[in-house]
Amino acid sequence: MTTMALRAGKQTWALVAKDLLVEWRSKEVFSAMVLYVAVVLVIYNFAFEFRRDTVAVLAPGVLWSAVIFAGLLGLGRTFAAEQDQGTLDALLLCPVDRGLIFVGKLLASLLFMLLVQAITVPVFVTLFDVRLSLPALVPLVVLGSLGFAVLGTLFAAMATHTRAREMLLPLLLLPLVVPVVIAGVRGTQVLISGEGSLAVWLNLLAGFDLIFLGVVYALFEYVLEG
Amino acid sequence: MTSTWAVEAANLGRAFDEAWAIRDLDLRIPAGQRVLLLGPNGSGKTTLLRLLATLLRPTSGSLRLCGFDPLRQGNEVRGRIGLMGHRPLLYESLTAEENLGFYSRMYEVPSPEARSTALLRLVGLEDRAHLRVRALSRGQQQRLALARALLHDPPLLLLDEPDTGLDEEGLAVLGRVLSEEGRTVVMATHQAERGLAWADRVLVLRGGRLSEDRLLRPESAMSRSGAVASEATP
Repeated sequence: MTTMALRAGKQTWALVAKDLLVEWRSKEVFSAMVLYVAVVLVIYNFAFEFRRDTVAVLAPGVLWSAVIFAGLLGLGRTFAAEQDQGTLDALLLCPVDRGLIFVGKLLASLLFMLLVQAITVPVFVTLFDVRLSLPALVPLVVLGSLGFAVLGTLFAAMATHTRAREMLLPLLLLPLVVPVVIAGVRGTQVLISGEGSLAVWLNLLAGFDLIFLGVVYALFEYVLEG
Repeated sequence: MTSTWAVEAANLGRAFDEAWAIRDLDLRIPAGQRVLLLGPNGSGKTTLLRLLATLLRPTSGSLRLCGFDPLRQGNEVRGRIGLMGHRPLLYESLTAEENLGFYSRMYEVPSPEARSTALLRLVGLEDRAHLRVRALSRGQQQRLALARALLHDPPLLLLDEPDTGLDEEGLAVLGRVLSEEGRTVVMATHQAERGLAWADRVLVLRGGRLSEDRLLRPESAMSRSGAVASEATP
């Protein structure tokens, strides 16, 4: 059992490290995500006149819409890049459980999203002049990004085999991640305004993540194989 | 677990949108036999190789590879298969060495660095090990693809038009690999003359069905294992 877990861990890490190295060399996805987020935050900052009494209501929506759509950019390339190079076939030829391929891709996508958010949040706090506890925001952002990345990885894999994959991914994904967006926005509102319970939204996100991690892990084999 | 048969297919079929690419295929390939797969474009060669590589699920019939059921024992099968296609299946932004290193970890190759070095030497790319794949010529990429397919020393090697884009040096390496005893090889190619030089058996596909099955070398692995090939009904 321990040997199997160690073996799975090594293979998963090999997948994650490969994706990170490929992205480090190309900077194709990361730079697009950062640029998108920066543009969205700047545009909203100029478009709306945020006042002290409205910022807690409006700013979280801006932050999470930037995070979600930037995440879509990254997830869209998760399997598309493999498909375009033909390496998806090579991955599927490897003697590893399909669930491990899912976990490897999920972790790589999650890391990209969290890296983008490490840049986004300070820019957001500065531009919108909001006061919130950054350590308290971390679990909200991590759980929200995880839930988004879990479903995003599943649908990115499903969309890979279709012709209109760029269109299909948001169509499939966005309706299902509405609970993540709501919990993220309301949790951030709690942090900015200091009113209400953050635990409710963290619990919702944790539950969502656990359920879909299990479901997607079990389904992934059937999604990838032709 | 060792099996006399590298491939055992019974009534095998694969359809795409109700069009059958492979239909009613009965085929047994003994371990160690070198099979040349011929047929016009669209005859089902690539579909058959993708079925044998476990990249496609059969629509009908049954399939066993190296004694295992690919639907239930996928990892056991995949660990015994090497596939080289007309695309190199390599990461363009990684170096030759990094590509082989990644696949070594996925296949759990013992002594991965030594194995990668030996294979890079075999395909004549030891001085290109640190170059990114996109910096290699098409022929060099195909040679590296051959190294990737051989990385885990698979007993069943599937080749889908491997000579596409392969340079003279690569063709010589491929010839040496194909002439090695003990490995089962199934190769689809349009270069029939080159293939006939090493093949023990020729299969011809037409319209997704096996139209001809001819044994070229009776002393080959097939006869050693007691199997008999015959001309199939067109």
